[in-house]
Amino acid sequence: MIEVRDLRREFRVSEKAGFLRRAHRTVAAVDGVSFDVAAGEAVGYVGPNGAGKSTTIKMLTGILVPTSGTVRVSGVDPSRQRKELARRIGVVFGQRSQLWWDLPLKDSFELLKAIYRVSAPDFTARLAECVELLELGPFLTTPVRQLSLGQRMRGEVTASLLHAPELLVLDEPTIGLDLESKERLREFLAELNTKRGTTLLLTTHDLDDIQRLCPRLMVIDHGTVLADGPLADLRAEVSPDRVLVVDLEDAAPPLDDLPGVTSVRLEMGGKRQHLAFRRDVTTAAALITAVAARAEVHDLAVVEPEIDDVVRRLYERRHLGAECR
Amino acid sequence: MIAGTATNVVFGLLRMAVLLAALDAAPGGRIAGYDVAATVTYVWLGQGLLAFVVLWGDAALANRIRSGDVVVDLYRPWDLQQALLAEDLGRAAYCAVTRLVPPVVVGALLFPFRWPTPERWPVFLVSAVLAVLVSFGMRFLVNASTFWLLDNRGVMALYGVATGILCGLTVPLDFFPEWARFALWFTPMPAIMQSPIDVFIGHGSLWLTVGHQVFWAVALFLAGRLALARAVRKVVVQGG
Repeated sequence: MIEVRDLRREFRVSEKAGFLRRAHRTVAAVDGVSFDVAAGEAVGYVGPNGAGKSTTIKMLTGILVPTSGTVRVSGVDPSRQRKELARRIGVVFGQRSQLWWDLPLKDSFELLKAIYRVSAPDFTARLAECVELLELGPFLTTPVRQLSLGQRMRGEVTASLLHAPELLVLDEPTIGLDLESKERLREFLAELNTKRGTTLLLTTHDLDDIQRLCPRLMVIDHGTVLADGPLADLRAEVSPDRVLVVDLEDAAPPLDDLPGVTSVRLEMGGKRQHLAFRRDVTTAAALITAVAARAEVHDLAVVEPEIDDVVRRLYERRHLGAECR
Repeated sequence: MIAGTATNVVFGLLRMAVLLAALDAAPGGRIAGYDVAATVTYVWLGQGLLAFVVLWGDAALANRIRSGDVVVDLYRPWDLQQALLAEDLGRAAYCAVTRLVPPVVVGALLFPFRWPTPERWPVFLVSAVLAVLVSFGMRFLVNASTFWLLDNRGVMALYGVATGILCGLTVPLDFFPEWARFALWFTPMPAIMQSPIDVFIGHGSLWLTVGHQVFWAVALFLAGRLALARAVRKVVVQGG
């Protein structure tokens, strides 16, 4: 569905350098990115602000011409066949609107039907499906400017699906939504992916989106791909440690001398201890026994590193690498 | 719409008073072929054409370029220029009824007005549509300059001043000295407003006037295409 090879995009940045002079330098927003996305996949594309996510999306949708490298999406070269591509893919920008601000939602859909030349029966069927699943019924005749953000986003997603695209690109689709709206949107997208087989590519800062929707995660920073793979693999790769949290009956000195424990963090003056341990050296069961032999245990839990943690560590690893060089 | 028309009529009265006073002071009560009826017709038709051709320009596309929302327009399977032109023609059709007709009716009912001869009517309609096309071509270029300038308010302001004087709103272009009229012939400016008025009141050669409009409508449309194609390939779309 998507083939990207050695993709690079440079921008010229001007800076003030004296009274009337400007200094120019070239910055690579995307710097040698390669990846493939197969039909039917759901891929999360994450990275900090300024990492090159949106620049990549713009090149995938044909709005920006790559400085070098090749892109093929849905079998076409995006920047050369932008119109052709637009008929095959759908794009949702969380921070922009493709609906007509002053028109009722329904009229926006009618306009899109004409622009994308969707046949009347297809249009009716697809709209009916979205109206039902996304519960658009109550505000279908409300002007877009009067919709809440959650309602508008549901409208935006519908607008991008009326021409039944094979690929849906979502740029921060859940930004600014409340928990319930986010969950409803995720549920709908998950179903779209599994039932209809629509390929999803989404950028997000909300890692719950990834956890819920994307079996595959790509992490980008400073214009290069740091990691690409299933979430579970990335987790194992960056943090082989797991953490055992124990609540003790009485405060105790750090239990950092137990076998396999790599670090300890104390809370409540030593009554709660976070013991990070190497999975390949010891097991959770063995560690619990060891702890119980030293102190009276009130409660305990084994914690997997949070997805935020995994991503943060990926960034850290990259920055450490840069400093060593 | 009603407020717009009211303002429009008041300004029409003012402009008519000033021009008729000038006419009164002129030897023979005529200036450059304009008698009272021609002047009245020039003023009220001009007041109607103002909104019909969006004489001072608009900033819809410029704002979308500035905010980056133009990306949404660019990934649709349409030709952006043609889509905007279609939208503008729709707007003009609406303005023909709501903004063009009322001041003309006011002028025709209350003052000595000069209607065109029957054979000039169809030419006037063609000329009016061409005026919208030329105006669209200019406005598209002014708006598209935002792709390079990032902020085109300076260009917009200059355009507003230039069209007011050079398109024949302040005074008829026939009042200008010979050399200025000759120079303006090489620009699209007269085609936006003075041309349909000339056709209506029967000044100048029909075919030269309309031919000049056709040339600029086509030339500006092609220039707009070129500009958009370059902008899309060369220029950065704003915002994350």
